[in-house]
Amino acid sequence: MDNQKPDYWKLFISTFELSACTFGGGFVIIPLMRKKFVDELHWIEEQEMLDLTAIAQSSPGAIAVNASILVGYRVGGALGALTTVLGTVLPPLVIISLISLCYTAVRDSAVVSMVMAGMLAGVGAVICDVVLNMLKSLVETKRVLPLAILVLAFAAVRFWGVNIVVIILVCGTVGAADTLLRMKKEAVQS
Amino acid sequence: MIYLELLWSFFQIGLFSIGGGYAAMPLIQHQVVDVHPWLTMTQFTDIMTIAEMTPGPIAINSATFVGIQVAGLPGAVIATVGCVLPSCVIVLTLAYVYYHFRGLTLVQGVLAGLRPAVVAMIASAGLSIICMAFFGERNLPANLETVDLAAVGIFAVCLFCLRKWKLHPIAVMAGAGAAGLLLYSIF
Repeated sequence: MDNQKPDYWKLFISTFELSACTFGGGFVIIPLMRKKFVDELHWIEEQEMLDLTAIAQSSPGAIAVNASILVGYRVGGALGALTTVLGTVLPPLVIISLISLCYTAVRDSAVVSMVMAGMLAGVGAVICDVVLNMLKSLVETKRVLPLAILVLAFAAVRFWGVNIVVIILVCGTVGAADTLLRMKKEAVQS
Repeated sequence: MIYLELLWSFFQIGLFSIGGGYAAMPLIQHQVVDVHPWLTMTQFTDIMTIAEMTPGPIAINSATFVGIQVAGLPGAVIATVGCVLPSCVIVLTLAYVYYHFRGLTLVQGVLAGLRPAVVAMIASAGLSIICMAFFGERNLPANLETVDLAAVGIFAVCLFCLRKWKLHPIAVMAGAGAAGLLLYSIF
């Protein structure tokens, strides 16, 4: 953890803002967090963000909540995690509390559904942008294994309906085996 | 004691839903419609629709909604706490393990294997959202004529703004919402 005192207020405001804008499921908050904490604030490294995403996905509970706990812990320890959980949970808590007063009107509102339809297309573009950036950094490693894992994992989750936890376990094992093999090879060569 | 029941129900939902919002839906239904008489099936469908229309995780949204219906604002807070409690404990433990052992070569190997898988999962989720926006279904339909041209246009412009001008995602999403309102009211 950094030596300087973590900026809890900034941490809270950042996660509050991200959570308030996360339409369309937990995966949307990952690109937004990456933009905020990796590109803008430089609190987290690129590779580290991918690791945190893997942990957030394979743990029970909402991905957005899990990811924000990890970011909070990284920046400010347990207190940081508490800060980011509050920041993530408050916007939906407030919004749903207000909507529950008149939820049938919201459900049937044409204006709301038009805005939502537009935002859904926008969310798709945001995820597409992030995936392209991630693909670029994977291709730059110039190794075949990561690309093979990428293609197979995509097919597994998309077409074969394999459980995410199974995919995480298999890919982690493959990565470990690959590292062990390479270590052995280097030991033989030297 | 209604507060304890809410806490316990949503604790279970938080504990057993792995892999995002859609995996949580049947669990939520089981707890709030089948086990407890908190919501009717119609109310449950309504809250799922609203949860998709509003920001925030589906589990948190439904915790708030059910809590308010059953026991007012304190109920909403307690159900939400129950929902995030398992995450807090498990994820904090994993975070501790990660930051203490990520320097090890073997752990590096495991993480290197996971990274491409994470990209694949985000790509798949993105594809579902794009299909949803273009065709109103989570998968590519057989008949491509149902395509929503306004959504395709918004998507293309958004992607261009993100790639070319590096606009902020939140600004892009807000713009997409405004464009949706404009385009769908005209056509």
